[in-house]
Amino acid sequence: MSVKTHVPIDKDFLISNVLLNQSSELPAEVQKAMKFVRREKVKYPVVFIGTGSCGLISGAGDTLDEAKKYLSDRNIRAEIVETGCTGFCSMEPLVEVQLPGRARVAFKHVTAEKLPFILDGMFNSMLPGDHALGQYKNPSSEKWKDIPFIEELPFFSLQHRNLMKNWGRINPASIEEYIASGGYRPYIKTIRNYTHEEVCDIVEKSGLQGRGGGGFLTGKKWKVAHAVIADQRYLLCNADESDPGGFANRAMIESDPHRLLEGVIIAAYAIGTSKAYIYIRNDYKTAIRRLEEAIDQARQYGLLGHNVYDSGFNIDVILRKGPGAFVCGEETAMISSIEGKRGMPRPKPPYPAVYGLFGKPTVVNNVETLSNIPAIFENGPDWFNAIGNASARGTKILVLSGKIVNHGIIEVPLGTKVKDLIFVTGQGVPENKRFKAVQIGGPSGGFLTLENIDVSYDFDSLSSEGVYMGSGGMVVLDQDSCIIDTVKYFMDFIQRESCGKCIPCREGTRRMLEVYENITKRPVDENRHNTLERFKGVMQLENLAGVIKDTSLCGLGQKAPNPVLSSLRYFRGDYEEHIFDRKCDAGVCKELRLFYIDVDKCTGCTVCAPKCPASAIIGTKRHPFFIVEEKCTGCGICYEVCKFNAISVK
Amino acid sequence: MVVKIEVNNKVIKARRGETIMSALESVGIKIPSICAMKDFTPTGACRMCVVEIEGRQGLVPSCSQPVNEWMKIKTHSPRVIKARKTIVELLLSNHPDDCLYCERNVNCELQTLAEELNVRERRIMGKKNKYKLDHSSPSIVRDPSKCILCGRCVRVCDERLSVFAIDFVNRGNRTIIGTACNKDLNFSSCINCGQCIMVCPTGALVEKDSIAEVEDALHNKEKTVVIQYAPSVSVTLAETFGVKPGRDISGLINAALRKIGFDKIFDTSFAADLVVMEMSHELMTRKKQKGKLPLISSCCPAWVKYAEQSYPELLPALSTCKSPQQMLGAILKTWYPQVSGTDPGNIFSVAVAPCTAKKFEAQREEMTKKGLSDIDAVITTRELAKLIKLYGIDMNQIEAEEADEPYGTRSSSGKIFGSAGGMTEAVMRTLPYIAGGREPDRIKYPELRGIKGKKEASLKTGKTTYRFAVISGLENAAPLLEAIRAGNCEYDFVEIMACAGGCINGGGQPVGAEENAVRARMKALYGIDESEIIRLAHKNPVINELYRDFLGEPLGEKSISVLHTNYSERKVML
Amino acid sequence: MDKRTSAILAKYPRGHRDCLIPILQDIQEQYGFLSETSVTEVGLYLNLPSSKIYGLATFYNQFRFEARGQFHVRFCHGTSCHVSGAFDIIRELEKKLHIKPGQTTRDGMFSLELVACMGACHLAPLIQVNEVYHTKLTSNDIKEIIDSYIQGEE
Repeated sequence: MSVKTHVPIDKDFLISNVLLNQSSELPAEVQKAMKFVRREKVKYPVVFIGTGSCGLISGAGDTLDEAKKYLSDRNIRAEIVETGCTGFCSMEPLVEVQLPGRARVAFKHVTAEKLPFILDGMFNSMLPGDHALGQYKNPSSEKWKDIPFIEELPFFSLQHRNLMKNWGRINPASIEEYIASGGYRPYIKTIRNYTHEEVCDIVEKSGLQGRGGGGFLTGKKWKVAHAVIADQRYLLCNADESDPGGFANRAMIESDPHRLLEGVIIAAYAIGTSKAYIYIRNDYKTAIRRLEEAIDQARQYGLLGHNVYDSGFNIDVILRKGPGAFVCGEETAMISSIEGKRGMPRPKPPYPAVYGLFGKPTVVNNVETLSNIPAIFENGPDWFNAIGNASARGTKILVLSGKIVNHGIIEVPLGTKVKDLIFVTGQGVPENKRFKAVQIGGPSGGFLTLENIDVSYDFDSLSSEGVYMGSGGMVVLDQDSCIIDTVKYFMDFIQRESCGKCIPCREGTRRMLEVYENITKRPVDENRHNTLERFKGVMQLENLAGVIKDTSLCGLGQKAPNPVLSSLRYFRGDYEEHIFDRKCDAGVCKELRLFYIDVDKCTGCTVCAPKCPASAIIGTKRHPFFIVEEKCTGCGICYEVCKFNAISVK
Repeated sequence: MVVKIEVNNKVIKARRGETIMSALESVGIKIPSICAMKDFTPTGACRMCVVEIEGRQGLVPSCSQPVNEWMKIKTHSPRVIKARKTIVELLLSNHPDDCLYCERNVNCELQTLAEELNVRERRIMGKKNKYKLDHSSPSIVRDPSKCILCGRCVRVCDERLSVFAIDFVNRGNRTIIGTACNKDLNFSSCINCGQCIMVCPTGALVEKDSIAEVEDALHNKEKTVVIQYAPSVSVTLAETFGVKPGRDISGLINAALRKIGFDKIFDTSFAADLVVMEMSHELMTRKKQKGKLPLISSCCPAWVKYAEQSYPELLPALSTCKSPQQMLGAILKTWYPQVSGTDPGNIFSVAVAPCTAKKFEAQREEMTKKGLSDIDAVITTRELAKLIKLYGIDMNQIEAEEADEPYGTRSSSGKIFGSAGGMTEAVMRTLPYIAGGREPDRIKYPELRGIKGKKEASLKTGKTTYRFAVISGLENAAPLLEAIRAGNCEYDFVEIMACAGGCINGGGQPVGAEENAVRARMKALYGIDESEIIRLAHKNPVINELYRDFLGEPLGEKSISVLHTNYSERKVML
Repeated sequence: MDKRTSAILAKYPRGHRDCLIPILQDIQEQYGFLSETSVTEVGLYLNLPSSKIYGLATFYNQFRFEARGQFHVRFCHGTSCHVSGAFDIIRELEKKLHIKPGQTTRDGMFSLELVACMGACHLAPLIQVNEVYHTKLTSNDIKEIIDSYIQGEE
């Protein structure tokens, strides 16, 4: 929706007074006007509703409709603003209200039914405190009593939000709000003051490493491509993501699309190209819409196109919708896909920086890497270099999910302890259950346990624990989660997403999956052959993992064995339990369950016995029945049909 | 520029920019590979060729990695061998494991690798992909369950033939090689050339076997079984018996075929002479009467199918002549029965071809008249070798024999049809005679020999100049075909052969031949031409007799009805 | 050629292979799936063999060769969903609908699609039926949800 500001601030005003005015301090009246655009000050009440994907799935769409209805029914003069995501998923739908002169307050779980109650309270200045998540610090307005500050909540206390600065705060569909928050000024500054080489130098000096997982210095990568003599170069932004459990890039685009766009443009300038592609997963409908809007607006503002503000710089950004193949996250596969081919990786060298898209020098950067760029030029490389720890600079966006209290997307300085992320930010495991492990980095990552959870979150420290940072997913597992099952899940994902080009990945990942399938099921009549196959498979597992890692063509295959190797390192016991004892203590591997009948509870009603597909239940009517362990397949049908709760899992 | 690299602790020299694999090859270290193909860019798919490079985390494929100064390489370290062995075991874990029943038994790259790497136990087991056989094509049988997805067939079909009939379909371990919309091969744009069979490392692609039909006929007392073999077969068959390429064994073939029990043994080269006569007349007539030019050859059935599906507007330019195989087939079912007093219905006519598309050609509707097919069965050079083995014939012990009269007599013009450019050369030798009753001034046309993609020559006879072009390897045809389509082609005659080098490199020849073998085969053919007395088609006495007794004159009514055919547009998914 | 197809093709330059994926996406958006006819037509327009187009389309998850069902069920199989028991749900769905992901029921009512991650981990496991999300599911809910769509139709 369009922005209704109450100061006559239009395109020309923003261009001439903000974008093109590159003095370090903007005139006071401009600054004041910007405060209104940013809604640090409002004249009428504003209702903010988070309508990112996770908000919408939680019901924010209904809440939004209800809010519109509420205001029009009561004829209240107030504005509704759709924002992106705050990152605090488990509080969605999240609604924030800002009354003139008062601090902005956030409310959690505001479904359509709950909304009138919240708004009733707010418009009568009676804040429904039980439903409030917190209020934002704002020196120019009066704070609410007894409402915690958002920034001080445990979920936010360790966070350092650069990339997420605008998340949930501004309307992602508004370029005006982005500009008012400092956006696109770094871009104009860059093309007016720096040569291509200088831009590369600055980024290299900042210490920014690629966030796609490789950890290569971004500035260095740019330099290589810029140094190749060519009539055309390309910048590709990898927004294909789609790790299971990783959706940070999508949220970044949904919540602050202009930040990415600005990063893309600056990077394109750095390597000296006029053409940039953003390759985004077709499933990301909201994010695609946001990016399309952003590109349109940037074009209207003259930030994209021919000879941008007389700098001689031409730039065009093209969206390409990835039709769904995980392997397209690999740069050469993505290049193939954009060229209109099957997304299969090819051997390097030649590296894309020399021979990439359409045979031209090409740089592929990830969404998070590029989103970091504007702030580096706004605040300088030294500012960026000071964040983080000795081995990695800057912040990193992570997704906390699984068996954890606070689900959500967070941004923390690199080097933060994993333990703190889980137990402070995430507030630990719910329902007083025991923490078992945290899975980091999705299908190419690994596990950390209580013993080594004290490690810092950065490239080197994690890899010394055998864990690969990957896309930033963190899935917490508790006592009810099964490691073997989780690894099986990743193997299933990888073997489905393997492109099938190279033999070790195509055939090997499937064989590894089968090893896990074999140890998590109990064949009805396991003969010696099955047993032999099971043990042979397990014995081959480590060898197979090693060869796949050693020989696969691309990163997908090379990292595919990581969950296997990592789990073998820390969870030998779980393997032994599944392989030798044939049981799953967590109760996840259903086919390994064993049921037994409590003789005191069984009435001999005979309901269960005929239902058993393995004919494993025997007994005489009106006397307790029992289950023949060797025959039981663990399907659980008897458990479901028993009316006396006499059947339970061993 | 020469760089030094260290291989297995020894310093060797390599050219800057060359791949590790090629550097190792020149010092005699063999690196196994499945997907690598000479003259193609490496795909890095199979990972068999990995080596260990000091300072690199994973193993590196030697097919695509260029050498660097002082690179330290280990080609057969335990780590490397373990990796290669595991890769082969992985392939075997998804392989039918039915080597004893496989066409490619003892001649299979996968089998060889398993043997070389000492795979002696089924250590890796699991579910195997099961697919149905694709029997639909008259020429090629596909067994996707034996396919190891090296992609060589796809690359040959794309890059050497420009046919693009197949590609990878699906993803990951469900990938197969398939046609558009996964149709059976017979409904695709496949031209049956069989080049995919030539590069297939396993038994996933083989020719449609016709040996059983031939055997049945041989054992049927009522049948007179006649066999003809194509010009190139005699210079390639020896390879299947371990002789190095380039030896002509036509005499031994005659003897072997006779021992097997064929009633008559004829030479397809005889009919090639007939083609020269007919086609020269066609060329002259079109030139004189300002007919459709250039006249495009029609002897290659793979090219003919390609034209029917991709260039239907060029069909009027195609020569209406049947191919030598089909011409002889037609004579054997029309005139020969009259001469020999046999019931044409009892003649079983077999052709040995260097080509799988010939199987398709023999089945074309136009090749059957009144229920009688010109040719009843086509076997490839490879099948002939099998037949010889099946009948226990020791090629080292038998004595050479002559082919049977009358159609065993040929000129050497007919023999060089086996090489791309041979047909054109033969036509150029005979054209002066046809056009003006003169003998040719020149017999040899070296500019038409060799395996270049496009060759050209010209001939002046009387006041008319004829210009000739020869295309071999369909990838080279597109520019010329486009020019013809656009109406600005300067040639009068164009010979097109689907396979690079012509029939000597056809899809029915022994597998595993490299470029040197093709050159040797070609040399053998032209060697025969050098040494013979009758070198011109119109000097073949049997040809002249045939015209006198039966056909009348070239392009006459009888010739047209027996020796010529027609073409029609073919709708396939292109 | 169908007007809708020619309108789509007209948006793209002839013979540019890099437009192949966007064109196929538009066609699928329009028709719900890719037919043999569209593969041929796109091939002619881009001067690409249909085997290459088919090969490409079967590589990516998005493209289907069967019409979508009236109710398109998208099923999230992210890590968080898996840990929360998504496997039982997919099994239940397959059992109830008698189809596998990528297929459509015979009556054309339901089709199934597996999605790597919808990014709503706090609501796991979840499915999306057309535009409606069903969250925090257990396998027992599936029958009820599917039945409600069947009844809604009757």
